[in-house]
Order: sequence, then structure tokens, then C-alpha cells
Amino acid sequence: MPEPALRVVAASKWFGGVQALNSVDLEIHAGEIHGLIGENGAGKSTLVKILTGIHSADSGSVRLGEREVVLERPQDAAAAGISAIQQEPSMFDDLSVAENIFVGTQPLKSRVGTIDWRRMRYEATRLLHELGSEIDVRRELGLLSVAERHIVSLARALSTDARIIIFDEPTAALSHSEIGRLFETIAGLRRKGKAIVFISHKLDEVFRICDRFTVLRDGQLVSTGMTSEASESDLIRAMVGRTLDDVYPKADATLGNTVLEVESLCHPTEFDDISFSLRRGEILGFYGLVGSGRSEVMEALFGLKPASSGTVRLKGQTMALDSPGQAVKFGLSYVPEDRQQHGAILPMSITQNISLPQIDAVSGRIFLSRQREEALVSEFCENVAVKASSWSQLVEELSGGNQQKVVIGKWLATRPEVIILDEPTKGIDVGSKAAVHRTIGRLVQSGLAVILVSSELEEAIGISDRLMVMAQGRIVAEIDRRDFDREKVAALATQQSVGIC
Amino acid sequence: MKSELSGAFKRRESALLITIVVLLAAIIIRAPEYLGEQNLDNLLTNWGFLAILAVGQLAVLLTGGIDLSQASIMAFTGMFLAILSQYMPELPGIAFVVLSLAMGMALGLINGVAVAWIGIPPIIATLGTMTIIRGLVYVLSGGKWISSHEMSEHFKTIAATETLALPNVFLTALLCCVVVWLWLRFTRSGRNAYALGSNSNAARYAGISSVRVLMTVFMVSGAVAGLCGYLWAARFAIAYTQAAEGREFAIIAACVIGGISIAGGRGTVLGAALGALFIAVLETSLPFLRINAFAQLAVVGAVILIAVAANARAERKPGRQILVRNDHPSDSASEA
Repeated sequence: MPEPALRVVAASKWFGGVQALNSVDLEIHAGEIHGLIGENGAGKSTLVKILTGIHSADSGSVRLGEREVVLERPQDAAAAGISAIQQEPSMFDDLSVAENIFVGTQPLKSRVGTIDWRRMRYEATRLLHELGSEIDVRRELGLLSVAERHIVSLARALSTDARIIIFDEPTAALSHSEIGRLFETIAGLRRKGKAIVFISHKLDEVFRICDRFTVLRDGQLVSTGMTSEASESDLIRAMVGRTLDDVYPKADATLGNTVLEVESLCHPTEFDDISFSLRRGEILGFYGLVGSGRSEVMEALFGLKPASSGTVRLKGQTMALDSPGQAVKFGLSYVPEDRQQHGAILPMSITQNISLPQIDAVSGRIFLSRQREEALVSEFCENVAVKASSWSQLVEELSGGNQQKVVIGKWLATRPEVIILDEPTKGIDVGSKAAVHRTIGRLVQSGLAVILVSSELEEAIGISDRLMVMAQGRIVAEIDRRDFDREKVAALATQQSVGIC
Repeated sequence: MKSELSGAFKRRESALLITIVVLLAAIIIRAPEYLGEQNLDNLLTNWGFLAILAVGQLAVLLTGGIDLSQASIMAFTGMFLAILSQYMPELPGIAFVVLSLAMGMALGLINGVAVAWIGIPPIIATLGTMTIIRGLVYVLSGGKWISSHEMSEHFKTIAATETLALPNVFLTALLCCVVVWLWLRFTRSGRNAYALGSNSNAARYAGISSVRVLMTVFMVSGAVAGLCGYLWAARFAIAYTQAAEGREFAIIAACVIGGISIAGGRGTVLGAALGALFIAVLETSLPFLRINAFAQLAVVGAVILIAVAANARAERKPGRQILVRNDHPSDSASEA
């Protein structure tokens, strides 16, 4: 076998007292696609950050061919020909496509050293053409779709003549056809002799395009080999260290009366004609791609976003749709998607977070009542099984899964009838996911009605009783649990209306 | 030359230009004497001072920062150079220009160090230097004014004279606009300011040094403030401790009205210049509209605030376009 294009030897990295990488080796060859897989927190991102010069390793070395390279800054990685395409490409929304491709490396007029805008646009257009894209390079990047941003990000990698290209979960927000095109592009890069690292937790994708794989777990390399010689169950076992029998437990709950009825909810630009109903003890899944309008509908229900028409009835009473405070009083709770931004107040304690929406209930005449606050917290944190050293621990010190449980607990404390969970397991590892799902199961068993917004098909199918599939701001299908079919649901969610591509 | 991202920006700038023209027309109908030569001169000079400061402020705002110390830097530089002219009456006018730029740049460097190296948020850092530098003006002058007869003739000449019937302050401001425009548009350092303000994290990934960018923009902002301080003292032939106190609001308002985002990443020199023009027209018109002299400051403040608020409403983003509109589904069918 020839010398690998990139070789990582015994890389280790500590963050405070946590070892993120423990003596990891990795070999990537020119002209191969190498799958790097592992759960969240397994060390994939740390490894990528070391390779791109964002972090430096505490020990170990990186070799390019014969040569050892020092990657202390992002410029070093670029100079070494290593480029990464981030999951949600981190770029400049305010700048044009051409500038995004060439930021920091803008072509200069040789005589005076000023930026040569014409050549920059020309080169940008040429790079995009090579990738089979016709994006206008003058457009503002912020106006592009996620798939187009990936292409721009890729064009940027090619502009620096990268020989090693890292794709960090590039398919998370793409539709089926976009994923297909991306894979063709990646295969094209392989033919040109690039060494490609493909990071994903979707094993079917790994089997579809990767030649070899490396599995990381808890910062260590646990398995590596040819994808053609491995099976899906091998990889799952390597990833989680145990067989993964029950990430999506379906709790048995009896369905009760209808609690929530939504009729023809409309918004001028974001969604149209949304109607559905929800019963006690039911988990109603809202599945669709990122940007299909699911979260927008939920925000409208909760009064965060004004709907232009439509009615919402909770237990037969018509709700005003302009005040989250009213929604909470009516018995509707909303656990938003981005728990760091909207959900939890990280530098505050678990107790303070839980009692926040209930500040009246735990107040004495003037001051807060510690006693009532603590009673409230222990009731609801135990309910959702938060693991913490004490209830006064700061939320930022908890793991992602436990943070999510605190946020759910916080809204349960308002004693809702209906709770909306928007992507409750986004960005948390498989073990914690199962725990969050068990928590949701307990909620419906106690008679709560749950709306689950998810862009993860397994999750939506795994724990929902009924599924509303959304695409481009409309409900395109309502499916009962017994008719669930992965392929059909995926096809419905990614369908595009006629004439639009 | 056709610029990048023209659409939205151009619309916004032409809207502002129309507003200014309407405002001017209204003023002239009400008080035709506004067009007197004396006052036009006054308008151009007033715009000049504001525009010089606004293009410097623009550079800082682009990175997502803010520079509140410009007015203090003005007062300090003006005072220092006025005193210098007493001791060195032979110093030529151009020397004052160079010295004012250098002094302003040095004071801006202090802001840069505080923000980029020490990591103090720009609003706090420049609020601090604003107070310190203003305090130093008192120390320097002992609280006294330097008036016309105490300054050297060389000191006053440049700012008080005209070239081709246009005030030198106005021409200097035009030059500043052009230089800053060239810098922001045609150098990597200028584009890096946009990039840093647009997404500091992505800028880091792109290998842009935030320290270098921040140092540069604060030095530019300081340099133009220094220049402006000298021109101000020379033009009005007075240097005093409270010179330009409170001008921060007008400067930043000019930028905001000109469409420059306080959050960074967006804004043009043309926008800053037009924003400055709006405020200059407003300020010079009030005496003609017979607004009580004591009420003028309050009126200016209120109008600026209204303009900024109107601007903020226009900026507010509509919802995302998720729905796919098939507005004329029958068209293609009928043609087929």
C-alpha cells in the first residue's frame, strides 16, 4: 500500500479534566473516502478541530506523506492542504458568494496589490461550475439554501487546492435529491485523487459511499477496516459498546379525549392551512426536513409568531394566539429546539431554571419561598430523571441529555395539558436519547398529550402514535402508526412541488 | 462600477437620498434663505466634520464594535495642537494635519489594545477612554480656552479657507470617504473587517486575525477623529475643554440612518456619508425654521431618534419564505 496522504499518530487531547482524544491513529489515503463514525462526544469533532488547526493536540503528530506538519492555526491547515466542510457551514451571511469562497485569499492585482473583483467572480463561477452549480456569485450568501451553502463551502475548499477534504455530517439538513448530488460530487473528488474524510452517524450513508471506516468511542479508536467487510450491526456495536436494542422505546398509553384542535392555521409566508387534532396520551409526530415550517407552526400555536388566520382550541376553549403567557395558562407548553438559546439559562442552577416560569407559584408575599421552590424542583426533576450532583448545580455543567431533561422538567412544572417538544434529542448521544424517549413515554402514560417535532426519521417513526408529514409549509400527509413506512415518509417529506427545484 | 450585493443596499441608499431631497425641498419652501451662500458653506462644513467621523465609526461598526471616544479624541487633538501652535508658530499647516492623524491613531491604538488584546467589550473600553481622554484635555489646558488670537496663522489657514469655492473641510471629508471606501473595498484588510463583523467564528476558521482587524479599525477611527479635531479647532478658531462633547450620538445615528448594522458586517461608505448629510441638513435648518435656539438640541435628538426608529422598522425581517407559491397555476395550462 502506498504512503497515506494523511496520517495521525497517537493524537491525544484533554479539555480540563476530560480526555477528548486518547492516542488516536488515523490513516487516510489519496483517492479514498474514509468514514469517521461515532456517537456525539466520541471525539470526532475534536479530531477534526485538530486537523484544521482550531485546537492543537496535547501529544501525537500529524504527517502529510513523509512530512510531519504542525497545525497550530487555521492558516497552517490551509497551507497543508486540509480543508473542512462543516455541518452547518460557518460562513458570512452578509457577504457575497464569491467573497465567501475567497475570504482571506482574495485574488490581488499583481501591480498594486488591490483586490481583483473581476477575477474573483470569474474564479468563483468557474469553481462552482466544476461542482455542477449555477449559483450567481454576486448573491448574498444569507439568501442561499443549506444545500447551496454546502456547495459554496466546498468551492472554498477547492479554491485553496485542498488535498484532504473533511465533510462533517454534511447531509443533516439536505433532502434526498440534494444528498444524491452531494454524493456524486464527493465521488468526483475521489476520482481526482483527493483524500476524503466523511463524518456521519447515518450508517447507511457510510456504507453507500465510504471505502474504509474508523469508529471512535469515548475518545479512543475502537475499530477500523474496509466497509465492504463490515456489517451495520458491527459498526453499531463498535459505536455504542453494546447492542442498541431500545433507543426508541414505544410506551403503551391509552388514548383519551381530544384536547387540542387546530383548524386552518395560516401564515403569509411560512405555512398554510395547518389542521390537526391531538388526544390525551398521544404522541403526535411532526416530521419534515429542516426548514419545512414545523417549528414555525409550533411558534404560532404558542403565540410567538402571529398567524394570519385559523383557530386553536384547547379543551374546547378558543385560544388567543398572541401571547405565550396565555398559552401557558391555557395549559400549552413549548420546549424549543435550541435549548442553549431559548430553553435553559445555562449559568443558573437547576432549581432556578425549573422555577422560572412558575415564579408566582413559588413566591411568598415579597420574597421567593425556598421551600416551595425546592418542593417543585424535586417533584419535576425526579419525574424526568435528571442526573445531577444536587439541584443547585448549574445547568451548564450538565450533559446535553440532562440539560434537555431540565428544560422539559421546567415546562412540566407549569402543569400543562399539551407539551410541544421541538427536536428534543438534537445533538445528544444515543444513550441520553433513549432516556429522553423513556421520559416522553412516562409523560403520555400520565395523560399528557405530546407534539414531537423531529427531523430524525427513526425518532419520529419510533415513538409517535400518528405522524404529520410537512413539506414546504404544508401538511402533506397524516399517517397512523400501523401504516408507518420509512421510505414512504421520507419520500413525502422530500417531495417538491412542480416547477420548483 | 457595479458593486457586489447591490440590490438591497442600493434601494436603501436611494430611499435615504430621496428623504434628504424631500427634507431639503420642504426647508427651502419654508425658508428660501436657507440657500444663501453663507449657509451652504455652513452645511458643507457641518457635513464634512460629521462625515469624517462617520466613515471612521463605520469601520468600527462593521466589525461589530463601537467607538464612543471619537469626540474626546477630537477635543484632545485640537487642544494639543492649538497649544503646540503657540509654542511653534512657524509650524506649517500640513504638519498639523499629519500630527493630528498620528495622534488620533495613537489614541485609537489604546482602544484597539483594550478591545483586541485585553478583551474588554468595545462599548465599555471606549466609554472608558472617552472619559480618560476628555479628562486629559482638562489636564492639558488647565481648563482654559485657546482662542483665535493665541493660535498661529498657519494653524488656522487650512480649515478656514476654500479651494475652488468649496470649503477645505468639505474636500477633506470627500477625500476621507474615498480613501476609506478604497480601503474597505479593495484590500484584504478592509474585507476582513466585514468578515469579522459578519461571523467572528467563521472569520477565525478562515484564518483572519481578529486582533489585527480590531487594531486597524480603532486606529482608523482614531486617526479620522484626530484629523477632525484639528480641523474643528482651526475652523472655529477655538480649542476648549468641552469641544464636541455629546457628538457621539450624531455620529452613530448618521451611521445607523445610513443603513450600517450595529451588529456588524453590513454598511457602506456611501450610507455613512448620506446619513451624515441627513443630520447636517437637519441641524443647519433649524435656525431658519425659527425653532427656539434653546430647543434645537432636543429637536435634533428627537428627529434623529424617529429616523433611527423608522429605519429599524424597515430593517425588520419578514418571515422566511417557506411556502411555495403557485400563483398562476392556470397560465401554463391555458398556453399548452
